[in-house]
Parts: sequence; structure tokens; C-alpha cells
Amino acid sequence: MIEFRSVTKRFPDGTVAVDDFSLVLPSHKTTVLVGSSGSGKTTLLRMVNRMVDPSSGSIEIDGEDTSTLEPVALRRRIGYVMQNSGLLPHLKVLDNVATVPVLNGVPRREARQQALTLLDTVGLDRALADRYPSQLSGGQQQRVGVARGLAADPNILLMDEPFGAVDPIVRDELQQELIRLQRELGKTVVFVTHDIDEAFLLGDQVVILEQGGRIAQVGSPTEIMEAPASDFVASFIGADRGKRALSIRKTEHGFILVDGEGRAAGVLVGTADAG
Amino acid sequence: MNLLSEAIDWLFAAERLSGSSPVPLRIGEHLLYTFVAVLVAAVIAVPLGYLIGHTGRGRELAVGLSGAARALPSFGLIILLVLLVGVVRAPLAAVISFVILAIPSILAGAYAGFEAVDRRTIDAARAIGMTEWQILWKVEVPLGLPLLISGLRSAVLQVVATVTLAAYVGLGGLGLYIIAGLALRQFDQMLGAALLIAALALVLDALFAGLERVVVPAGVSVGRKGFRPTSNRRRAVMETSIESGRG
Ligand SMILES: Nc1ncnc2c1ncn2[C@@H]1O[C@H](COP(=O)(O)OP(=O)(O)O)[C@@H](O)[C@H]1O
Ligand SMILES: [Mg+2]
Repeated sequence: MIEFRSVTKRFPDGTVAVDDFSLVLPSHKTTVLVGSSGSGKTTLLRMVNRMVDPSSGSIEIDGEDTSTLEPVALRRRIGYVMQNSGLLPHLKVLDNVATVPVLNGVPRREARQQALTLLDTVGLDRALADRYPSQLSGGQQQRVGVARGLAADPNILLMDEPFGAVDPIVRDELQQELIRLQRELGKTVVFVTHDIDEAFLLGDQVVILEQGGRIAQVGSPTEIMEAPASDFVASFIGADRGKRALSIRKTEHGFILVDGEGRAAGVLVGTADAG
Repeated sequence: MNLLSEAIDWLFAAERLSGSSPVPLRIGEHLLYTFVAVLVAAVIAVPLGYLIGHTGRGRELAVGLSGAARALPSFGLIILLVLLVGVVRAPLAAVISFVILAIPSILAGAYAGFEAVDRRTIDAARAIGMTEWQILWKVEVPLGLPLLISGLRSAVLQVVATVTLAAYVGLGGLGLYIIAGLALRQFDQMLGAALLIAALALVLDALFAGLERVVVPAGVSVGRKGFRPTSNRRRAVMETSIESGRG
């Protein structure tokens, strides 16, 4: 469990990126922080592994105040995946994945063996192990980034718009892959995105942010769609328009669902169980 | 043309190897001064440049001092230092001025090499739990090496040309032929020695050019598409070549 307690971050230039933020992120669940650019998502994420230290307030991981923990040791037990993979360009894929275990003192041979298994885990061909990052596609690089994030078998995985820079088809693939992975691994994932569809797809808990990291609404995707807490949320999730405002239309042969623009969006196949 | 062939005759005369002032000895002296000076300069400038590049602090000061050092006339500096440290310690004075001459290029190569590393790569290295030392040795040093070598290359070229002046304070090197030739009005000898110095510079330049290519990390050279210079990197590269004022 990660808990933010009245966390404020004021940068030296006076920018208040996060203003009095409090939230509990349950273990083994995916919490998605979603908001427009500059709303403080990255700052919030980077306060978990002390890449940024709060100006006031505290962050606890399983009841331990992170300010009492040594930043380097803390970062090595938390996976971190960023938008542009952040792979080391001069290391082969395998050595990139093995970096953190090697830093932790795992013998190189053993770390490489584990790294190979991790390539399987993230759906990468082992033949890519000897390539350099610059020889991979954007989607492949992101998979390597995820494999590296998982290499030290962390309880917590921080992901900062990891699929933001890949094309939509690859993004769909990576999202599905993450859902599968998370089913198998059950990490405590903190996922940052500005894409509400991605947030609803991946999040067990979705946190909609306004500027300054102010929480507009927290809840499951269902809860937020059922009852947007404000006009801001309603408009942010597009509840009032477009593809999320569905209605039933009777046709000659039965019923279909249409979106806000009246385009066919799907069919009704029955009622699903909650969950 | 006549002078040129005389100079070549001078170069290939038997006395060049057997005489009282054999060419291999002078080349040896010349190279020795060059390498000692560049080595000492590197010992000073590389750690300093790395410090500046890693912390991003002290850059303006370094650029300013480097510019000032470059503006110093080498010959005047040698004479000044000889007067300061005493004629008996003239070699020390000469080496010190060559060191001062070599420092700016090496310093610029060292910090520009670090600055050329993508900030996001360094940020990611820190975020996955590398210590500052590990970031330095495992990320910045290997990725910055080509620019450092390029700085060393400029320094070697500047020093190898300037070591010619060492002969003025009685230290030998290939400049000796030029000074002696000037006094005796032996232009074949002067031109021959000048050609030798130019050849030496070209050989050293070629060696360092090769080295520069060899040290480009594999992952950077294989996929040039992955080596898209960021504006930051391009600026750093441009500044090194401007600051090291090659040519
Ligand atoms: N190191 C920094 N120094 C000053 N301001 C910063 C810094 N990092 C972020 N900010 C500012 O803080 C606010 C939140 O930034 P960020 O957390 O990156 O937002 P997001 O990830 O949601 O786009 C922005 O206004 C940004 O300009
Ligand atoms: Mg961000």
C-alpha cells in the first residue's frame, strides 16, 4: 500500500506542482493518475521513489515513511518505466534488462538468465536479446522497458505514460499485454496517462486530476462513469458527448447502441455481472 | 619547387640518421614533450570537465578561462615562464605552457561529452537506482568518450605544433632544425623540418580520428537512427569544435 499524506511539492522556481494531495493506493491493484498536461502526474509518481522529494507532507509505503529510506535502495526495489523507454543506448537489450539485478549484486550470468525469462514474460522474442535499443521498434523498446522495470521483482511498478509515444495499434497490444501481466503478477501499479480511455481500461482505481494535483474524483471506472463528481469530470471523461454517451436505438431487426453522434457503437448482448 | 626538392634531399640524406642531430632523436623529443604535456593536461582537465558536465555547474567559468587560455600567445608564455622558473628549469616552463595550451580543448571535450548524453537517459539511470558514481562511470563516461577523444585530438594537434617553439629555450625537438637553419640561412633544413612536423601532426591526427571512431559505443553506432542528436547534443558538439578552434 502506498499512502500520500497531505503532500505538497513546490519547485524552487515557485511552481506548485502538487498541492495538498492525499490518497491511498491499494496493494496489488493498478491506480491510474489521469489528467491533462501539467496537472502534476509525473511529479506525484516521482515522489514515490524519491526522484522528487515533497516540500511538505509524507509518503508511506506499507507504513514506512519514504523520507527515512535511502533513495538509491528505494529506487532499486521499485520498477520504473518511462515514455521513451530510457534504455541505456550502449547496452544490449539483455544487459539493459539485467541492469538493476546486477546493481543489486546478482552475478551477471544469473542476471542475464533471468533477463531472458523476462523477455518471454513481456512477449519479446529471445532473438532480440543481443540487439541494441536503437535496433528496436518503439513498441519493442517499451516492452524492454517493462521487462527492466520487473527485473528486480519489485512490489511496486511506476509507469509514466509508457505507451504514450507508440502508434495506436501497438498501444492496444501493449495495453492488453499489461492487463495480462498484471493478472499474473499482481503488482502495485501506479500508472500515469493523459488518456482517459487508457485510464478506464487499465485502472482498478482511477484518479482524475486537475491542475496542482488536485483530485477531481477517485473511484473505479464504473463509479466515475456512473456518477461524475463535477462538470469538470463529466466533460473530462466525455460522459456528456461522443462515444461514451451511448443510447439504445431500435432498428428493424432489434436493438443497437449508438454514441453521442448517432453512430453505431455496439450491440447489447445482455447484462454483465458487477466486477 | 627547387627549394622543395632540396628540402626532400635534406630529409633523406644519410646524416639525418647518423649525424650529430639524428631525426629519430628529435622526433622522440618532440613526441615526448607532446605526450607529457597532453597527459598532464588530461589529468587536470578530464576530472574537472567531468565534474562540470555531471553537475552542470561551473560551465561559464570554464568557458571563460578556456577562452582566455587560448588567447595567450604560446611563445610569450614560454618566455615568461622560463623567466619565472629560471633558465635551468626551462623544460618545466615549456611543459607548463604546453599544458596550459592543451587544457581548454580537453576540458571542453570532457564536459561536452557529458552534456551530449540525453538527459532522459541519465534520468532513467537514476530512477532505476544507479548511484551518482554509477551514472558517471556506466553512462556518462562511455557515452561521452567520442567527444573527449575529439578534445584530446585537438589538444595533441595544438601541442605538437607548438612544441616546435621549445627549441628556442634549448630543449630540442624538431624545432631545433628550424632555429638552427634560420641562423645559418639553411632553408632546405627549415623546410624539411617543417614538413616533418606537418607529417607528424597528420599521423597523430589520423591515429586519433581512428580512435574516435573506435570508442563510439556499439549501440550508438549500429542504429544511427537511434542517435538522433537532441538540440542539446548538437549544441554541445558544435561548441566543442568551436571552442577547440581546430585549424
Ligand atoms: N523540475 C521542475 N521545476 C520546476 N517546475 C516543474 C518541474 N517539474 C515539473 N514542474 C512543473 O510542475 C507542474 C506539473 O508538472 P508534471 O508533474 O510534470 O505534470 P504532468 O506530468 O501531469 O504533465 C508543471 O507546471 C510543470 O511545469
Ligand atoms: Mg508527465
